[in-house]
Amino acid sequence: MVLQGLFLYFALMILGTGILGITQKNPVKSLLWILLTFVHLGGLYLLLNAEFLAVVQIIVYAGAILVMFLFVIFLLDLKEEEKGEVFLKSWQLRVWAILLLVFFLVIGGLNYKIFYQGPYTIEFIEKEGHSKALGLVLFSDYVYPLILLGFILLVPLIGIGIMLFGRKTNGSS
Amino acid sequence: MDRTLDFYQFGFLVLKTVFIFAITLVHVAFTTYAERKIIGRAQARFGPKEVGPHGILQPLADFLKIFGKEDIIPQSAYQPVFKIAPIIVFAFTAVNLTVIPFEQGFILADLNVGVLFILASASLAVYGIILAGWSSNSRYSFLGGLRSAAQVLSYEIALTLSLASVVLMAGSLKLSDIVVAQHNSFFGFYAIPQIIGFVVFVIAAFAETNRTPFDLPEAETELVAGYLTEYSAFRYALFFLGEYTAMYIMASLAALCYLGGWTVPKYVMAILPFLKWIPGWVWFLLKVYLFIFLYIWVRATFPRYRFDQLLSLGWKVLIPLGFVNLFITILFKKLFA
Amino acid sequence: MVPLSWYLIVSFCLFGIGLVGFLIRRNLIMLLLSIEIMLNAVNLSLVALGHYLQDIRPQVMALFIIGCAAGAVAVGLILLVITYRNKATLKVDEFNLLRED
Repeated sequence: MVLQGLFLYFALMILGTGILGITQKNPVKSLLWILLTFVHLGGLYLLLNAEFLAVVQIIVYAGAILVMFLFVIFLLDLKEEEKGEVFLKSWQLRVWAILLLVFFLVIGGLNYKIFYQGPYTIEFIEKEGHSKALGLVLFSDYVYPLILLGFILLVPLIGIGIMLFGRKTNGSS
Repeated sequence: MDRTLDFYQFGFLVLKTVFIFAITLVHVAFTTYAERKIIGRAQARFGPKEVGPHGILQPLADFLKIFGKEDIIPQSAYQPVFKIAPIIVFAFTAVNLTVIPFEQGFILADLNVGVLFILASASLAVYGIILAGWSSNSRYSFLGGLRSAAQVLSYEIALTLSLASVVLMAGSLKLSDIVVAQHNSFFGFYAIPQIIGFVVFVIAAFAETNRTPFDLPEAETELVAGYLTEYSAFRYALFFLGEYTAMYIMASLAALCYLGGWTVPKYVMAILPFLKWIPGWVWFLLKVYLFIFLYIWVRATFPRYRFDQLLSLGWKVLIPLGFVNLFITILFKKLFA
Repeated sequence: MVPLSWYLIVSFCLFGIGLVGFLIRRNLIMLLLSIEIMLNAVNLSLVALGHYLQDIRPQVMALFIIGCAAGAVAVGLILLVITYRNKATLKVDEFNLLRED
């Protein structure tokens, strides 16, 4: 009962703040609504017994990626950008097309049948903790993707270095 | 599975929450008094002496004064976010109190990911600072907010690295497990084997809470008052409540992760057996007070860092030291345990 | 007990919202933000499936997606800043140098 009430609150807030987030004119206000979406998504992960992922979602998405967005928006100083239309010319047709797509997806989602049960039961995750359960799989089966992830995250660092310090040739002002 | 509490358990939880928050707020109020007294003595003068014996009712006088002030909101400020920014800072700092164990078994929520929870709420509290600066719609506030946010975010990485070494040594993310692991370790507390990490943590804690020598955002001679410029009366007080609460959270974290929490090392207990009559929370409070005294002492002693010196200290000194500490801990764990 | 289909429906609706945001906004920053919403919707679907299929590997994949999304957003923002420096506008319907009329 409490579980369903919490799920309903989180789900409605996610969809509501999502819709509010994509319709605002000012990008900063949009970003604040999307921040609420991400925080409620973290709450939904808590309901799914994934506490490590919930906290990582808050730290990485809400606390790092959106702050990066915010700094770029402030850096670009978009005062003149806010004049003019918010949406593109043919936005009505696109919205109807995507609603059709979501309709078919929802029908597919309602007919989904669970077809197997794996070894990591809910009791196992509750006993060992979600971090330890993730770590057991991450560092034994998926070590190479983890190291590759480190390299993937190194690339933006090099990109930022080039963007800030690499303009010796005929770059613009 | 249904993990709801029945009425009595819920009532007891509410009572514990109110108790912890009340004790923390009383501590915060008297820390303002203690700070003025200690800094006064360090500068060869008395602190407050008028209100009550030795000036001990000074926090009450400050409180009454703050309530009497006029609440000014600039006309071109974006009102909803302007009003909510100090609440964000205070709320996300105060919520850390729920995961701190004051004594064996006395904790509001013994999360499996306690250490990460504190880091997550620190990440969210940065938003209060940025939004306070942005919504004030004034150049000084905006730049001050961005500066302060950049400072907090840079030192958060050093904080995370030092805490990662502690978590590695203790083998768990739960704060109560970290204290128990310290009690069972060789030295009794992690400040000695993790000395580099302890130094990194202390410096990063000073920068995270915007305290001297890293208090450029709120110094009077710089950018007026940074992101706080347009705030008056109670909203200003809310920011400072948030700052002092963050000081207590960092002090509690240092006491738990590096100084042994509510335990005394076993060899000290063997030499002085009468110490076991003192309850654990007294030791915890003593360690927290020691750290708060360090905060105030440093404020009275050191000059302020310039902003580029501040950022270069965070990125070029503390993060490499944090990594060195992590590597040493990994080698230690691999070779000896 | 919350059935799995409810989580999947929320995930699909959030993906639709992100897709709508991507296709109708003019501002380039909003496009990047909509990509983040779509990635999060996929994450929610993966974590829910990992919980109900009692397998932890979808949740490991969700962790990787969070990490890769951080890198992708960083690179996207770098390109956005360079674009803004060169063209002084962020409206996507003004990027029409390759048009022939």
